[in-house]
Amino acid sequence: MLVPNDHVDQTGSQASAVRDADAVVRRCRERCDQTVAANEVTEAHWVARITAIAKDEDKSAFAEVFRHFAPRVKAFLIKSGADESLAEECMQDVMATLWQKAHMYDAARASVATWIFTIARNRKIDLIRKNARPEPEDLPWGPEEQPDQADVLALQQDSARLTDAIRQLPEKQRRLIERAYFGDLTHSEIAAETGLPLGTIKSRIRLALERLRHSMS
Amino acid sequence: MTDVQHQIPDDLLMGYATGALPQAFDLVIATHVSMSDDVRSRLAGFEALGGAVLEDLEEAEIAPDSLEQTLARIGEDTDRTVTAQPKAGVFPGPLRALLGGDTDSVKWRSVGLGAKQAVLHADKEGTARLLYIPAGQAMPEHSHGGMELTLVLQGGYSADDGHFVRGDLEVADNDTHHTPIADDDGEDCICLVATDARLKFQRLLPRIAQPFIGI
Repeated sequence: MLVPNDHVDQTGSQASAVRDADAVVRRCRERCDQTVAANEVTEAHWVARITAIAKDEDKSAFAEVFRHFAPRVKAFLIKSGADESLAEECMQDVMATLWQKAHMYDAARASVATWIFTIARNRKIDLIRKNARPEPEDLPWGPEEQPDQADVLALQQDSARLTDAIRQLPEKQRRLIERAYFGDLTHSEIAAETGLPLGTIKSRIRLALERLRHSMS
Repeated sequence: MTDVQHQIPDDLLMGYATGALPQAFDLVIATHVSMSDDVRSRLAGFEALGGAVLEDLEEAEIAPDSLEQTLARIGEDTDRTVTAQPKAGVFPGPLRALLGGDTDSVKWRSVGLGAKQAVLHADKEGTARLLYIPAGQAMPEHSHGGMELTLVLQGGYSADDGHFVRGDLEVADNDTHHTPIADDDGEDCICLVATDARLKFQRLLPRIAQPFIGI
């Protein structure tokens, strides 16, 4: 079972999503190690929580997401140079934005952690500047469109592998990547050669975008 | 979506993902990303790295009533409407959002010989401007005090390092001597240009004129 029972409403699309998920997981079990599989369970769980917020304005789902991510977002803001009270204030703002934008989240293109990172990063930059950070055009899913479940699962596996790969980096290199994302490095100091498996994620998202474009045309 | 040939290099794209770039660069890159699904997926890769860093952070202590305060912020009326797809036009979403419209909403200033520009953003870190170069015409020769990003929005141009058309991004630095010539195919060239320092013109006259025209 991919998702623990108490985390999933076994109804309609959710149940079929889980069946699709099982099929995908079976197919790649051979190349997934146990750690990665464990991370996937977590990721599928968070995706279901964000969906519950978007569809049902589910406050208990929000509370659960909050308990896990709010302390991390706050830590991110503190590492980025905010003091305690600014970090708390800004974190609450980020989490409120998560509630408001939950319907815009596309699980085929970003893990929940990635999506929250982009909200926190933008909020941080907006605090430093007077005006909003320029962001690419949104490619929203319409109300009846849903991302392909196989895409979602595949991206979850890739994201889990990426998290795992970062943990296995030499300490010095891992610190450098973290510093880049805390805004500690200027753009001339950033070396994009991370030695991490970003290529698979990029190809995966590229395919999801093709499907999205196709469904919009 | 047809994909662009000259894409932003990884280090600048990662800089955008981490938020390390001047605002003028952010505008050019957000616009470039909007024009290419390849670049959009490459950006998503660097953002995934940010997500993984966030996930692995040691938790900070949050205020005891943090969740209640956040729920109070949310209020009762959450707007779940989906943003409409931007209308077709020359300018992609980020540029249109800044200008409040397409090409007809630009306040151009003449910089001579039919060329025009409009400064969209300027701060101590960098400047973003739109440049309008009539078909077949050369821009004044210049080198760069810093880094320059040029994104083609309409028409095309040729420079020492290649031919650039809509969606293409050219990165020029200190060592680039630059004489772009707009394609002579009847379509005037419009570019979005970000610089992180003033351009230096090679010829005497434009060098004198530079402080006045603000290129």
